[in-house]
Amino acid sequence: MMRYALRRFLGAIPTLFVIITLAFFMMRAAPGGPFDSERRLPPEVERNVKAAYNLDKPLAQQYLIYLGKLAQGDLGPSYKNKDFTVTQLIGTGLPVSARLGLTAMALALLLGSFLGICAALRQNKWQDYSVMSVAMLGITIPTFVTAPILTLVFGIYGITLFGHDLSLPVGGWNGGAWRNMILPVIVLALPQTAIVARMMRGSMVEVLRANYIRTARAKGLAVGRIVLSHALRAAALPLVSYLGPALAAILTGSLVVEQIFGLPGIGRYFVQGALNRDYTLVLGVVICYASLIIALNFLADMMVAWLDPRVRLT
Amino acid sequence: MIATGQTLKAVEEVKGRSLWVDARRRLLRNRAAMAGMIILALITLLALLAPFFLPFAYDEINYDIIACAPNWWPAETVCRAPGHIFGTDGVGRDLFVRVLFGARVSLAVGLVATLVSLLIGVLYGATAGYLGGRIDGLMMRIVDVLYSLPFVFFVIILMVIFDRNFILLFVAIGAVEWLTMARIVRGQTLSIKQKEFIEAARAGGVGTPGIITRHIIPNVVGPVMVYVTLTVPGLILTESFLSFLGLGIQEPLTSWGVLISDGADQMETAPWMLLFPALFMAVTLFSFNFIGDGLRDALDPKDR
Amino acid sequence: MSALLEITDFNVHFALADGDVHAVKNASLTIQEGECLGVVGESGSGKSQLFLAAFGLLAANGRATGSVKYRGEEILGASPERLNTLRGSGVTMIFQDPLTSLTPHLKVGAQITEALMLHRKISRAEAQVRARDMLDYVRIPESARRLRQYPHELSGGMRQRVMIAMATITGPDLIIADEPTTALDVTVQAQILEILRALKNEKQTAIAMVSHDMGVIAGLADRVQVMRHGEIVESGNADEIFYAPKHDYTRLLLAAIPKADETPPPATAIGAPLLAVEELKVSFPVKDKGLFGKTRQLRAVDGISFSLHQGETLGVVGESGCGKSTLARAVLQLLPKSQGRVVWLGRDLDAHADIRKLREEFQIVFQDPLASLDPRMPIGLSIAEPLKALEPHLPRETVRGRARAIMQRVGLDPAWINRYPHELSGGQNQRVGLARAMIVGPKMLVCDEAVSALDVSIQAQIVELIRDLQKETGLALIFISHDLSVVRRLSHRVMVLYLGRVVELAPSAMLYTNPRHPYTRALLSAVLSPDPRAERAKKRELLTGDLPSPLDPRAQLTFLKSRLGEPDYRPKLEQVATGHWVAEHD
Repeated sequence: MMRYALRRFLGAIPTLFVIITLAFFMMRAAPGGPFDSERRLPPEVERNVKAAYNLDKPLAQQYLIYLGKLAQGDLGPSYKNKDFTVTQLIGTGLPVSARLGLTAMALALLLGSFLGICAALRQNKWQDYSVMSVAMLGITIPTFVTAPILTLVFGIYGITLFGHDLSLPVGGWNGGAWRNMILPVIVLALPQTAIVARMMRGSMVEVLRANYIRTARAKGLAVGRIVLSHALRAAALPLVSYLGPALAAILTGSLVVEQIFGLPGIGRYFVQGALNRDYTLVLGVVICYASLIIALNFLADMMVAWLDPRVRLT
Repeated sequence: MIATGQTLKAVEEVKGRSLWVDARRRLLRNRAAMAGMIILALITLLALLAPFFLPFAYDEINYDIIACAPNWWPAETVCRAPGHIFGTDGVGRDLFVRVLFGARVSLAVGLVATLVSLLIGVLYGATAGYLGGRIDGLMMRIVDVLYSLPFVFFVIILMVIFDRNFILLFVAIGAVEWLTMARIVRGQTLSIKQKEFIEAARAGGVGTPGIITRHIIPNVVGPVMVYVTLTVPGLILTESFLSFLGLGIQEPLTSWGVLISDGADQMETAPWMLLFPALFMAVTLFSFNFIGDGLRDALDPKDR
Repeated sequence: MSALLEITDFNVHFALADGDVHAVKNASLTIQEGECLGVVGESGSGKSQLFLAAFGLLAANGRATGSVKYRGEEILGASPERLNTLRGSGVTMIFQDPLTSLTPHLKVGAQITEALMLHRKISRAEAQVRARDMLDYVRIPESARRLRQYPHELSGGMRQRVMIAMATITGPDLIIADEPTTALDVTVQAQILEILRALKNEKQTAIAMVSHDMGVIAGLADRVQVMRHGEIVESGNADEIFYAPKHDYTRLLLAAIPKADETPPPATAIGAPLLAVEELKVSFPVKDKGLFGKTRQLRAVDGISFSLHQGETLGVVGESGCGKSTLARAVLQLLPKSQGRVVWLGRDLDAHADIRKLREEFQIVFQDPLASLDPRMPIGLSIAEPLKALEPHLPRETVRGRARAIMQRVGLDPAWINRYPHELSGGQNQRVGLARAMIVGPKMLVCDEAVSALDVSIQAQIVELIRDLQKETGLALIFISHDLSVVRRLSHRVMVLYLGRVVELAPSAMLYTNPRHPYTRALLSAVLSPDPRAERAKKRELLTGDLPSPLDPRAQLTFLKSRLGEPDYRPKLEQVATGHWVAEHD
């Protein structure tokens, strides 16, 4: 087991290396540089600035310098946010994005699985059809439509139910107050909940048709017991392999959600950074996201091995 | 179920019922899928014919009717624009024309990008699956590595580099999606390659080209078709997402993503600007998903 | 006193997309305490659905009507709670495929104790002890360790014993055994039947034995019901059914089982053999588990030699994993050999020979008729394909004409030339497979378990067809099967394989009447005959345990324990009579 973990860790290094290299040279292929859009600097000043950031050196050398620093854990200074290093920026943004993303993911997995199981147990009945129709809606309506609509309903119009004011803040982080998180998390989790529900229904329907479920029924077990101890683990397998793509999708979604709700996460840095040619910042965010996805894929593989004893980790 | 063969009385040259015929029959019976197809055909037709029957051009600006509601709009509004059945946008352009024009772009992006991913994915996946062994292992290892890239970020970087080039948008999105296609095609190829009827064909002296064209390809087409139908809506979403971030289609061209993004900004004052493009897009995506689900059930009936 | 189980006027319907299927029609039966009822029928006869439906295990699209009384209590339509207390406690079940019927991610122990803890309300610790005793009872060695293993870590025979232990541990009145031995090798089948017999005799448990195989029923059943197309066509006590069958269908089933006197006489070998195989070896690399696991060679075929003459049939028998299918594929050059020679008409078939040209001379028929046909190709095209590939110059009309002619010959209506495999029955599809092999006019045909997947009545027809084809064309046959009685019907000589090596090779009559090797004897004694008196009286030579792993080098010496000191030693073949070769054994 330890050996497997070590191997996966070592295997992640070349992957990360490929990602960094790709991202580095792609950024540099773009016309323009980080200091183009500002007021014309005097040539001398511009030269000095470039020299300070090593931008006057050949590209290959810049790449090596970057790798060298990266190996020491230094992501470099941000070109645009001049007083901050990339590490600092990510340090402030990541906790926000991570809390948002992980909450949304947990919600999507729990709620989605629950709905999917209910639909599977009532296959081709009205409960099934209604869950699946709502799921289809969740998949087809993009986050940047649900976000403004929810904002309108809960924030701007405000809703009062039995004398309770149900209105919610529509923007800002407010130090991570839970009321501020509700809308962004819902918007982010909605499409994933729908996908998870559809996947769970599909695999649960399949598993419930397996011979060993018939055996369990022949033993006289009640439905709840059969689902929990005989069917769930097998039915959850496809879901586990979906964890990686789900995280990627949530990260992508967080770009939009952070923008709409004005949250100080790293998604905003990325979009701004890409538009402003802030090379180091973009690279830093890409590395951060890629590591997250790699780590989650590793976790997912470990979970598959736990769920299915026939799988051997080698 | 039992002894179907024996009860069939022989008639002169019985016409066989191929799996395709069966699948078509099941698909035609699937109401959701059929509705999806009809709606999709209608939207496509409207989008293609829009310039021939509408009195407005998609980039025709009219500062007299900025963000005006259509005449029939039930709620109280600041101004009305008679003749514009979906109202007008922030610079007084006809929204109906723009929604249909956006349909062209969004559908085109979805289809072309899917074709790109299909081309790469099928070639790559089929090669890996058919060759098998070490080459397969290496090729799939590459796919695994690429899978852990946050790909949308690369599309964003690409769009920045090439300054939001319209054509490149297709290619970039297609390049994101080919991985899954390659995996599906490879998996199918591998499993079909191990089937006994392939061995039977080899024992009958059929060569490799014959096996690929006559046995493997016809059997891979089904699942690939299903995946293609389910990929198009995903790619339309991706395009709209990029447009929302300001990285997609540029003015005065437009797509559903751009329109929705604009509409979301003015949602409080001019809700029709969000409503119509969002409605068209949602209906289109619904249709594709229904068709895809219908196709899957038709090709692989296991009474779901 | 009322019967243990009384089913009357029972009907099962399934609502399918293509219409309603009436799977069980007006079935009535009773089972008394401690009695074994055999229910025989071919695939699709509704025999399994009858019992599943009676105890509320019907699929969602099924509907059951009529009456099912358990100890006088009506249970059809009873509440799920009532059924749940009955299932697993009073009535338990054993299913056909033990691998898919056990939950893959739960340990064997947990699965066995589950029902016990639920129905008998005892502690986990006590349940564990009882489970161990139960595993001992069904003769699983190292029972304590087995409880902590997962189903996939056990062999097929052991899994089925776990199923039996699971079904027995709560002390039920009735066990429903649905094709409990169908997926197993013959020697393992014999062991399982022995356990079921002990259950019935020692614990007085009533058993409903559902099977397609008259032989399986013969040794166990007190009474027998024969089902066909959802109807019970005949019922009576075992002796009546087997010795004085009244219904035509029952007679047909019994007649389809090969009789002892049907061995064809040894063929006279004239001239040079068509095929000569010398010391053929085929091995596959198998990677050990773990990061640095070394690659070992699995010797699927480990030095086999034989020859085959024109018009001769060589039967090849052995259990799963003995290398019989690998042998067939290596001989036909569908798999690369590792060592040895295959000589066809005096020509060495090595890598340099143009095998494709020679394919017209040797052909193969596969086990699964549906899987060996491309589902998207009309059968006419499938049949014509080898002809088109091997004689591309033939005009289309000739190819079509020959396809229609061969269809006629194998008993298929040529009008069906455009039909698809899924529109045909198993037997008809196997005829398509035969037509595809015969259209090029081969000199040799390999039948790899060609009739094993078919119902017995169909099996007999196909065997008859193969024999006719051989008579007409002077075809040489290699007939591979795990079923010794089918092989006996066709073969002039029989070769018995064990872990990739020949243990005995002899003319049929000699092998079946005077087997010399202990493995052959065990195989033969495991063969079931549709003769209840003989079956009950039979003294069996049971092998203990399962087949050893072919990766274990000492496995070859299972029957030559005296040489265990030399793990690389291979038993030699010795001629004990003219043409009768036997491997060395203790």
